[in-house]
Amino acid sequence: MAAPFDTPVLGDVDERRIPALKVGAMAESKPYVATAAHQEPLGFPGVLEDGWEKKAIGRMGELLGKYRSLQVFMDICVKCGACTDKCQYFLGTGDPKNMPVARADLFRSVYRRYFTTAGKLTPGLVGARDMTKEVLDEWFNYFHQCSQCRRCSVFCPSGIDTAEISMAARDIMDTIGQGQKYCNEIIGKVHKVGNNLGLPAPALLNTLEGLEEDILDETGVPVKLPIDVHGAEVLLVTPSADFFAEPHVLGLIGYAKVFHAAGVSWTLSTLASEAGNFGMFIGNYEQMRKISMRIRDAALALGVKRIIFGECGHAWRVAYSFLNTLAGPWDFLDPRYPVPQHILEFTNDLITRKGIKLDKSGNDGMVLTVHDSCNVARGARMGDRPGGQFTIPRDVIRASVPKLIDMHPDTICEKTFCCGGGGGVLTDELLDLRLKGALPRMEAIKEVADRDQVNFVAMICAICKAQFTKVLPYYGFKMSMAGGVHQLVSTAIVLGNEQ
Amino acid sequence: MTTFFAILFTVATLTLVIGLGLKIAQYARTPAPLKIPTTPAPLTKPGVAFRLAREAVVFESLFKANKPLWIFAALFHFGLAVVLVRHVRYFQTEVGPLVALVQPLALPAGLAMLIGLLLLLGRRLVLERIRYITGRSDILMLVLLLGIAVTGMFMTKHVHTDVVAVKAFFTGLLGFEIRSLPGDPLLVVHLLLVAILMIVFPFSKLLHAPGLFFSPTRNQTDTPREHRHLCDWAAKLEDKRS
Ligand code: HEM
Ligand code: HEM
Ligand code: SF4
Ligand code: SF4
Repeated sequence: MAAPFDTPVLGDVDERRIPALKVGAMAESKPYVATAAHQEPLGFPGVLEDGWEKKAIGRMGELLGKYRSLQVFMDICVKCGACTDKCQYFLGTGDPKNMPVARADLFRSVYRRYFTTAGKLTPGLVGARDMTKEVLDEWFNYFHQCSQCRRCSVFCPSGIDTAEISMAARDIMDTIGQGQKYCNEIIGKVHKVGNNLGLPAPALLNTLEGLEEDILDETGVPVKLPIDVHGAEVLLVTPSADFFAEPHVLGLIGYAKVFHAAGVSWTLSTLASEAGNFGMFIGNYEQMRKISMRIRDAALALGVKRIIFGECGHAWRVAYSFLNTLAGPWDFLDPRYPVPQHILEFTNDLITRKGIKLDKSGNDGMVLTVHDSCNVARGARMGDRPGGQFTIPRDVIRASVPKLIDMHPDTICEKTFCCGGGGGVLTDELLDLRLKGALPRMEAIKEVADRDQVNFVAMICAICKAQFTKVLPYYGFKMSMAGGVHQLVSTAIVLGNEQ
Repeated sequence: MTTFFAILFTVATLTLVIGLGLKIAQYARTPAPLKIPTTPAPLTKPGVAFRLAREAVVFESLFKANKPLWIFAALFHFGLAVVLVRHVRYFQTEVGPLVALVQPLALPAGLAMLIGLLLLLGRRLVLERIRYITGRSDILMLVLLLGIAVTGMFMTKHVHTDVVAVKAFFTGLLGFEIRSLPGDPLLVVHLLLVAILMIVFPFSKLLHAPGLFFSPTRNQTDTPREHRHLCDWAAKLEDKRS
């Protein structure tokens, strides 16, 4: 594959190589700026207008008053540098502005100038800067080189989460008319069509019918993929990629088979045909809330008793951590189940209760490893114990596949790397960044592939799946090596003799 | 000299107390609209208290991040902690058991602090990554602390000052009474630097000490599904909901 840029060379994971600084290496990397057509439907100004500097500072002040995280994180960084070698984008690019503290300082320098005594009196001493076009451009470039993966927040002795700062910066840029095309275009589609991919209802119905036929052909069992069924027990909200392309659809087939085998009635919804919530990526509470309300509306309209989310990382963070805040309370749902539930919690529960049967021989020859999706790992949970987000997927995988090997301990669970495509950077013009950001993960995969003949990487996120299928080939791996956990359940589940 | 220091320390103390008080009030007042603990996170309030205690006492996250830095940080901070406890004797007529306990530790604690500071400073100058993120204020802060530590240790080891008079001066100040302060140059420099430290504290990164306890990634329970978390400004948006 001919790349317009260099694919980094894979190193040894155990060595924990820290690159030498390459100042300015990624200074040119930036996504497309949103046009008025993407901005205005979300209520943001179409273009950068005169006086934007003042507006930006005004918005910064508002956010500082609304978010304790932002206010505290601005003040308490001791510049210890514990985070400097933790971000996959720094490890992959060597650009010092991709070190979390340096990224945050792009914002903090402006904060200091306008909101602190030290920055007003002695800007040079404390590195305070005026808000200028150069600063804004730097923000635009480098706050779109952060996937909001929170890896830095695990290691910072003060708990500083640079993701929070990226979100605030993006919110400010939207507010003054310099948004990012990729995210804002997608949010527009959610509001207009119901999902990120802009798949209209008839196309969805068509796809689901086709999938039902495929399953029938393959298994001889009439597994249904119902949509907009009033009175179903479960509303399944899943990323729209699951309706669209491999390997995502294989996971959707897996969910359908599990519901079928368990005998639980379920439905998808055309109104809430998207689990992802890009409102988080742009750091905008109102957008995040508006997108979440669709799920409440769909649940009410369909009269369901439970809400279950399909496999998606950032979506699960918003669902698990924020949905109750944004769109609750959920008093009209069945109180015996958490709201929302993750499909893996549902499936794992069935496995332990022997409500479904899995036969590992369906996945013969597979040697698995797990890529913990970043926002599930560090921004959410599954089950009723801390760390359930690591054990539950692994338990389901062990029940479905003969062999599971974990990658290097510095690259999994809470220390997992982002796939390189999360948080609103999964767009073609940022391919260079995505490729380099994937480096630490690829090194860890290579180690287990060489040593343990691992031939498949399981993940629980639509963005991870899309990113992996794109970048794996650049590093000499097969594209088909990546897929979801329910893709494995799908090929292991025993159908046809349900009670 | 005595009057100058009496005024200086009154100003420094007021700045420290009021400045810090305002900052802490600001952190406490600012709402945290969303549940953002870095997971896996504790599910209960005692669990959170234990997490914060681990961060404050053994620097848990720093230990995960960087072992050499953790050692440097521990040397400096533990040394500092002991030194500060030892100093309580300048402000209390009757010293408590803890203060008495650490009295013999002047040399080890001072040295730990000094070595820790030198290592932290060296790291800032030598490591390329750390040099990149270091600003002038970061260097100055270390130099300031070094200055305090060196002058203090010289007094402890070589050029003794009249500790009883120092104590009389500070206990006097606490009762709004001015008693004379010894004019030893080392003491003067030590106290001058300490006053600067107290004044810059609420305006600098030293806010990390109180700030840690307000860090939402560390001080929140992981219970978003069990309890609806709603801050005031977010609740106002609900009113608009039909
Ligand atoms: C609750 C109390 C405190 C905690 C938990 C704490 C924790 C930390 C941690 C984890 C670091 C990063 C590691 C390092 O660079 O050393 C740090 C840095 C620092 N702390 Fe503290 N600290 C506390 C109180 C203080 C106090 C009272 C002072 C000063 C009077 C102080 C001065 C510093 C300085 C100057 C640095 C930066 C060191 C450097 O330049 O590398 N800390 N602190
Ligand atoms: C008003 C506040 C302070 C006063 C009156 C004061 C006074 C003194 C005196 C009189 C000594 C000599 C002790 C002796 O001869 O045995 C000393 C030592 C020392 N001081 Fe301070 N000091 C103050 C604040 C500080 C602060 C804030 C620090 C650290 C940041 C500090 C660090 C030291 C150190 C490291 C020593 C040597 C070790 C020891 O004796 O514990 N001092 N100080
Ligand atoms: S680890 Fe935290 S305190 Fe240290 S430099 Fe990074 S953001 Fe700042
Ligand atoms: S949140 Fe992730 S991508 Fe962003 S700075 Fe931190 S480690 Fe890097």
